[in-house]
Amino acid sequence: MPDVQSMVLEFVNKLRKRKIEGSQATARCTVELLRSVISHHRVPHANQASALIDAVKAVGAQLVAANPVELAVGNVVRRVLHIIREEDLSLATAAVAGLDLLDASDDDEDVNGKGIGYPGMSAAVVAAAARSTLRPPSLQTLLEGTPESATVPYTSSSGADSESKTADKSSITRKLKHDVIEGVNQLIHEIAGCHEQIAEQAIEHIHQNEVILTLGSSRTVLEFLCAAKEKKRSFRVFVAEGAPRYQGHLLAKELVARGLQTTVITDSAVFAMISRVNMVIIGAHAVMANGGVIGPVGVNMAALAAKKHAVPFVVLAGSHKLCPLYPHNPEVLLNELRSPSELLDFGEFSDCLDFGTGSGSPLLQVVNPTFDYVPPSLVSLFITDTGGHNPSYMYRLIADYYSADDLVM
Amino acid sequence: MGAQKKGGARVSDDSEEQSRQRLQAILLADSFTTKFRPVTLERPKVLLPLVNVPMIDYTLAWLESAGIEEVFVFCCAHSTQIIDYLETSEWRTHPNLVVRTIESHKSISAGDALRYIYEQQTETSQIQGDFVLVSGDTVSNMPLADLIQEHRERKKKDEKAIMTMVIKKSKPSLITHQSRLGTDQLFIAVDPLTKQLLHYEEDKVEHARGSVCLDKSLMESNPSVLLYNDMQDCYIDICSPEVLSLFEDNFDYQHLRRHFVKGVLVDDIMGYKIFTHEIGSSYAARVDNFRSYDTVSKDIIQRWTYPYVPDINFGGNRPVKLGREGIYRACDVVQSRSADVGASTVVGYGTKIGNGDRILNSVIGSGCIIGSNVVIEGSYIWNNVTIEDGCEIRNAIVCDGVRIRAGAVLEPGVVLSFKVVVGRDFVVPAYSKVSLLQQPMKEDSDEELEYADSSSGAADRLSGLSLEMESKGSELGPDGAGYIWEVCEGAHDEEWKHSVAPIPEDKLAEITQAMDDYDDMEDESVVPTSGELKSDADSINTDVNDPGDDYGYFEKEVEGTFLRAVEEGIKVELGVLEINSLRLSYNMESADCAGAIFYSMMKLAVDTPHSSGSELYKNAASIIAKWKGLLGFYVKQTDEQIEVIMKFEEMCQETAKELGPLFAQILHVLYEKDVVQEDAIMRWAEEKAGADEADKVYLQQCETFIQWLKEASEEEDEDDDEEDD
Repeated sequence: MPDVQSMVLEFVNKLRKRKIEGSQATARCTVELLRSVISHHRVPHANQASALIDAVKAVGAQLVAANPVELAVGNVVRRVLHIIREEDLSLATAAVAGLDLLDASDDDEDVNGKGIGYPGMSAAVVAAAARSTLRPPSLQTLLEGTPESATVPYTSSSGADSESKTADKSSITRKLKHDVIEGVNQLIHEIAGCHEQIAEQAIEHIHQNEVILTLGSSRTVLEFLCAAKEKKRSFRVFVAEGAPRYQGHLLAKELVARGLQTTVITDSAVFAMISRVNMVIIGAHAVMANGGVIGPVGVNMAALAAKKHAVPFVVLAGSHKLCPLYPHNPEVLLNELRSPSELLDFGEFSDCLDFGTGSGSPLLQVVNPTFDYVPPSLVSLFITDTGGHNPSYMYRLIADYYSADDLVM
Repeated sequence: MGAQKKGGARVSDDSEEQSRQRLQAILLADSFTTKFRPVTLERPKVLLPLVNVPMIDYTLAWLESAGIEEVFVFCCAHSTQIIDYLETSEWRTHPNLVVRTIESHKSISAGDALRYIYEQQTETSQIQGDFVLVSGDTVSNMPLADLIQEHRERKKKDEKAIMTMVIKKSKPSLITHQSRLGTDQLFIAVDPLTKQLLHYEEDKVEHARGSVCLDKSLMESNPSVLLYNDMQDCYIDICSPEVLSLFEDNFDYQHLRRHFVKGVLVDDIMGYKIFTHEIGSSYAARVDNFRSYDTVSKDIIQRWTYPYVPDINFGGNRPVKLGREGIYRACDVVQSRSADVGASTVVGYGTKIGNGDRILNSVIGSGCIIGSNVVIEGSYIWNNVTIEDGCEIRNAIVCDGVRIRAGAVLEPGVVLSFKVVVGRDFVVPAYSKVSLLQQPMKEDSDEELEYADSSSGAADRLSGLSLEMESKGSELGPDGAGYIWEVCEGAHDEEWKHSVAPIPEDKLAEITQAMDDYDDMEDESVVPTSGELKSDADSINTDVNDPGDDYGYFEKEVEGTFLRAVEEGIKVELGVLEINSLRLSYNMESADCAGAIFYSMMKLAVDTPHSSGSELYKNAASIIAKWKGLLGFYVKQTDEQIEVIMKFEEMCQETAKELGPLFAQILHVLYEKDVVQEDAIMRWAEEKAGADEADKVYLQQCETFIQWLKEASEEEDEDDDEEDD
């Protein structure tokens, strides 16, 4: 097994050199790395939860510093921290209340993880249920019946044989790490499966003979459109090419390969074509706590066009893209300026960049931002792996996924 | 589950890795020039900050991310500083890149460095295969893995393809004939299909008046040639191990381009080939002089070097935040509200910017303190510099620890080396270079040599200098410290070309004027930018040098070669090769060769001790008999044979009068040995028939011989019509 520290260094290095592209890949790598950090971390007897939290935070800080623009890294680190806190809390609750949830939750995970594959049934959910015994129930748990109903039998059943199994201190210490790793595995599973989760809902949103506009390339959007296609919906897709990296071309290729009717347009033609479009669907790079979206450059223009023509603007985002931060100056601070060589050919323009003549100050400036910020007012609907949500509801989702203590790392 | 999969993949990767070679690079951490003086007297060039990051970090970060696994850093001048830096930097513990240092104090050029590495190689065999050769001042983001693969495959097919050179399109200025990096305009000729480099010429501005000198044989041997004048040499080479041994064999190779590349190109014997690779969207440039320091810095700020830009932590640097208008600012900068920090500016950690300052297009390092109402434009302020109130700094480089007192002005192109103090209200004149170290005395002009000499002594001098400074009044005002270096007379004109400051308007106008005049004079159009030249385009063969003069040198060289061949008993074929290479390098016709060889042969005959005319004749005859193969190689045409006879005649008249009486006899020998054909002699005789009496001396001497020839031919041609004359 390779040394954890060197794995961290290697990943940090990749992040710095911008060698990992796409928030899903980054999220996966991050969570897998954190899992090995946790499993290799020797926990002391006392206060192990905080020891784990410190270890994860230390690694997380390095990762976030390596590429502050890739918000998925920070999100996943916070999610893992949240898992640790929740597991700790549930163990503590179990100890205090004399409940032995541990066996139950383990069995429950095994069944769910392999059999049904329903993501809601994780240790975190059980922990949330346990927490709900201590705190007033949240809006979500009230609205969503499933977790409550799923967990209720366990609490009652485990409550029944609480006398037989008294929480042993040493077993708890081993349990915590084990549970956390289980929870992280669940998270890995969730990130890996987010495309399918989102795509399952496609049929509810895409209707017969509709025209869908998308911009840039997103795996989530691709799966979403294909899922609708598989369900025998016939519709057409307009793909804005997404200059200057032209990832829309790749998406168009994939769509055609899967047998979808596809039209490629330039980014600047979005306004002209929007009147024929029934819905705009884009994949997000990150979703901020206020419901604002960071997406590929050009998305804001598409959103404005959609607003102007009252076309629904739908954003697809896996839950690892939910960022608990509020955007401040997102056009600049949450953006990344890439090389001008994607826009211009250096050789062709080298005479414009000759600083030896003239005033010596560069007359030609090239700005090549990677991302665009779409304010929440332009977004009609978010589709995440837990369902469709309004932009104003984002803060609530975030409160369920993250602990308030971890917002500032 | 994911981890297991990964583990499985890694195992198979390992077995693959063992079969392939490690990717290695040699990084020359010494430029072996003096262009960055006086700064480089105190710190090696590769450690100079380029947008607040030492240059070598850019190179190492790029090599690492391009997949290079092992780098040999060759340190020469200030080697301890470089090694110390590498020891403390994060490169020492880097997981993917092993950085090793090679130290040598004797090397005074890139050639020496490679020879040293080759010597080491015999003991340690560190370099296992192809390697990347770069200097420590390269900034690039180009991928290397594919290029190395391409090089290897080419090498497999063609043993002689020993090097791949990276070039990038970059238009030179039409006025100054200088690239944007401040280097001279580059002319290269490339085979359009194979990308083989055929010609490489870094022209001096004086020669670059739109003409280029190409060897005719180049046109003969290649169906088409692509000629570029808008390429920039990136000084990134993929080399095979043969390159090292070539340097070892040719101990006089010093410069990588001027000697090595040119040497390989003219060398027909070994037949080694160099190929080029043009990079498209990636960036690559070398910081070679102050002009390129300025240009590359601006390219970095403009993000052409992405991801090696100031707001990304790519190798040990502390990233700074990028704001609007391309302003990079560290998070703890203290900036007055009234200060105006303009576009394309970088401000490092812990720097304080005072009231009313105006900063534009500049890079300011860490820990600087800038007073009020200071103007900084297009300048590079390194770390811990103190600038007092009201200073004006335009297009200057200010090194670490400098103190500029209130009201001082730095005019464009000024370079202040470490810890210089500029006195109150002092105006540092344009293009002056100021250092605490005194300018070394006049040295011989070999620029490669002077660097190593002075750098070794620099440290000693530095210690004694502080005492000296106090006693002596400064050249930078009463409260200043430092010497203004004098510019050598020859270089004075060049100063503006390679400075950080843009070229002033009046200079540009001057050059344009000069060019116009020249054009009027020559009425010659400028060679169009790169285009394909067909092989019939001999017209571009315009020789800059005086051809007569060249011939003299050529003759001497041929004579030397010939004598050596006689002494060492070299075979005729090898002699032909050697003379061919001389012919190529001097751009001579084969008639010239024939003349020169014959001249050498006769000279040898005359110089061989002899007592009488008959002995001399014997000598000459035996030499002709022995070396007729060599001469015969060049006298296949009648014209060439006539040239030999004329040469002979000339010799008899001028240099070797002893041969005069033997003219007819030796001509007879030449005829018998088939060196000179009958036709040639006849035509020579015809030509001479109309000449002055004085010129006819030798013709008369051979009259009987010619008569005999005529008769012989008439006998042969009896059936044919009788020839006139």
